[in-house]
Amino acid sequence: MEIIKADVAIVGAGGAGLRAAIALAEADPKLRIALISKVYPMRSHTCAAEGGAAGVIKSDDSLDLHFSDTVGGGDWLSDQDAVEYFINEAPKELTQLEHWGCPWSREADGSVAVRPFGGMKIKRTWYAADKSGFHILHTLFQTSLKYPSIQRFDEYYATDLLVEDGRCQGLTALEIRSGEMKQFQAGAVIIAAGGGGKMFPFTTNGNIKTGDGMALAYRAGTPLKDMEFVQYHPTGLPNNGILLTEGCRGEGGVLFNKDGRRYLQDYGMGPETPIGQPVLKTMELGPRDRLSQAFWGEQKKGNTVKTPWGDCVLLDMRHLGEKKIDERLPLVRDLCISYLGMDPVKEPIPIRPVVHYMMGGIHTDVQAATRLPGLFAAGECACVSINGANRLGSNSLTELLVFGRRAALSAIAHLQSNQVPSSDTALAAKAKESQNRIQALFDKSNGTESISGLRQEMMDTMEENVGIYRTGEGLAAACEKIAELRQRYANITLTDKTHVYNTDLMQALELGSMLDCAEAVTVGARDRKESRGAHQRLDFTARDDENLLKHSLAHYHPTEPPRIEYLDVVVTKSKPGVRDYSGAKK
Amino acid sequence: MSELQQRQIQLEVLRYNPETDTAPRYQTYSVPCLEEWVVLDALNYIKDHLDPTLSYRWSCHMAVCGSCGMMVNGEPKLACKAFIHEYKEGQIKVEPMANFPIERDLVTSVEDFITKLASVKPYLIPKEDKPVSAGEFKQTPAELKKFKQYTLCINCMLCYAACPQYALVPEFLGPAAISMAHRYNQDSRDGGRDQRQEVIASDEGVWECSFVGACSEVCPKHVDPAGALQQIKVASTIDWYKEHLMPWMKK
Repeated sequence: MEIIKADVAIVGAGGAGLRAAIALAEADPKLRIALISKVYPMRSHTCAAEGGAAGVIKSDDSLDLHFSDTVGGGDWLSDQDAVEYFINEAPKELTQLEHWGCPWSREADGSVAVRPFGGMKIKRTWYAADKSGFHILHTLFQTSLKYPSIQRFDEYYATDLLVEDGRCQGLTALEIRSGEMKQFQAGAVIIAAGGGGKMFPFTTNGNIKTGDGMALAYRAGTPLKDMEFVQYHPTGLPNNGILLTEGCRGEGGVLFNKDGRRYLQDYGMGPETPIGQPVLKTMELGPRDRLSQAFWGEQKKGNTVKTPWGDCVLLDMRHLGEKKIDERLPLVRDLCISYLGMDPVKEPIPIRPVVHYMMGGIHTDVQAATRLPGLFAAGECACVSINGANRLGSNSLTELLVFGRRAALSAIAHLQSNQVPSSDTALAAKAKESQNRIQALFDKSNGTESISGLRQEMMDTMEENVGIYRTGEGLAAACEKIAELRQRYANITLTDKTHVYNTDLMQALELGSMLDCAEAVTVGARDRKESRGAHQRLDFTARDDENLLKHSLAHYHPTEPPRIEYLDVVVTKSKPGVRDYSGAKK
Repeated sequence: MSELQQRQIQLEVLRYNPETDTAPRYQTYSVPCLEEWVVLDALNYIKDHLDPTLSYRWSCHMAVCGSCGMMVNGEPKLACKAFIHEYKEGQIKVEPMANFPIERDLVTSVEDFITKLASVKPYLIPKEDKPVSAGEFKQTPAELKKFKQYTLCINCMLCYAACPQYALVPEFLGPAAISMAHRYNQDSRDGGRDQRQEVIASDEGVWECSFVGACSEVCPKHVDPAGALQQIKVASTIDWYKEHLMPWMKK
């Protein structure tokens, strides 16, 4: 097996991975950086983020307000020391990106423009029309080309971390184009491989979002945190789940039910605001969890619009006018016309909530360090946690930058502790184990389970039982089903036994990752007997700060369900309170 | 809203696996397609229900990640934006992107493009040094508008598949890479044009372009690379005159 030596290996080359790579290259040009991703960097899912990135820059804003919006938005499950670090670094990171050429939208005077976003008390979301994530990703990718020390391994699929003497010292990865396994030996590893929304059938997530990075860390023995918190974005296109940014509502778009009622006022987010005059933290500018829950309520009441793709409500942007829509929301207009055949300039768009983001992920501390020495994580695959039980829109793009860089600095500090690598023989033996695991998939000829069949069963289970509102009964059934699917996974068959660009193999490995992550989600959800943020239980409807102001940590077991441990939330200055999205009604 | 219409489509897909095939071949799959589907949905149907060995790239399904470029009935298209209802015949031919080596099935090599993109220094080379603590560079909406269009390139490489010149002269830098150089050259914050000029004004650069304009026609993001190339040619010509006829003037 070919051995590739690096100082730091990064798994994932989206926003967080690229930011980490650049931070490493800038800190010390002599560092050997291996940037490993299963796709070319510009294919990473950061590209699909639309609305923008939050950071305090304007004189009417303050760090304290960004702090309280984020902590309240997260229903007090955020670690407040992490939020503090995050809001402080946010403006620097967004300005840094501006210096690297990011085409942020501008005010008439040439300063960076900001737009309103859900759950934010002040306009603080930097945006590049409605292609913010795309521009951030390409700015980072293109900037990374400046640094010869960043060696990219595009289209390499990471299979296992190499853990020896209690430390992470590299990983194995398949070169997809050849099917060959490579051993990466590294002093530190950063995982920045994104979320796993594809375990659900209806999602804004791209095909690549299969939780591979989370599963990589989890299987290596480091826990996943708060996995039960899965965010539904309230406005997805009903036929394929394509995201319509929160910017639609930030710019003034409103939501109607089938009777033309601005129904959010019936869910504690009123009073109704005049059309064309959005009020921050009110009505359509409430947080995503509340808006998605309100949709569920309307559906139960029979107030939704029936469409060929199921129940919908209507997002009306007509009053914004063609000029503003083309300037601020050009992608949204294009997506509606192309994929739904409807023009938001001329008609309201049917939408429904869609799985969008995982608040949970690899447990890290505020330094982006996991419990496994030598292993760091950042971005959606990680859980620091700044997002708590519900992420506010436009905090995640900033999070990629802040904690991507933070992970790089922590990795450097780890290298400076000068620990002696384990013997080559020991590491090679670990790598061989990983290779054998993949080879076993090729050797097995009597498998009875199909990859797409198991995947469909997993997705159906998640949609039915682990959605916007959950019950103990449904979650117990989901836990049982996912455990069964994990067992049956041992019986899958590869139809394709060749080596070059074998996407049958990729799908098999991705399904394994998703099943591992899905079990952490379902068990975490079953055991959290309260309602908080995006985790709503019909059988435990209240938030329980006395017993559950705690993070859940899921510990992996190869054949059994995970063991769940609880960890206190870090509270520094904001005691749990009432989330208030009723605007002017005081 | 009307019910969804379904139609049986014969997808004729180019297959090639270097391990088992000596030459590319075609395989036809019969797929029950909804009219609202895109070609990518049909490929996913094949992968899940008919033939797990078919390989292709895809991710976002919303025409922004640039993964799924391929030839659909001979035209370079994103499979996620090639709508079934636009193909009235019962048969659709799907092949890997033209002008690139095939890795396998519908997967082509990206390396040549990435190398060319990197060669034009596609990053901001700031006109003035300014620390982050000093805040953002000012840039008016008008200044942004000058280059904004060229930032929209998703690197899908359809323009290379459409470019007759790239087909003839593989060394040609090509539409997307040159447009990206132009994007930074036009950015009010940038001072790196001279550094990029060496590459883009070379024989393999803009002068290779025969201005057929196919690149702009197939671009799914309306970047208009042909327009960028023409602007660079004009600017480079002015440079030449300044240098050779008015050497006392600065570029």
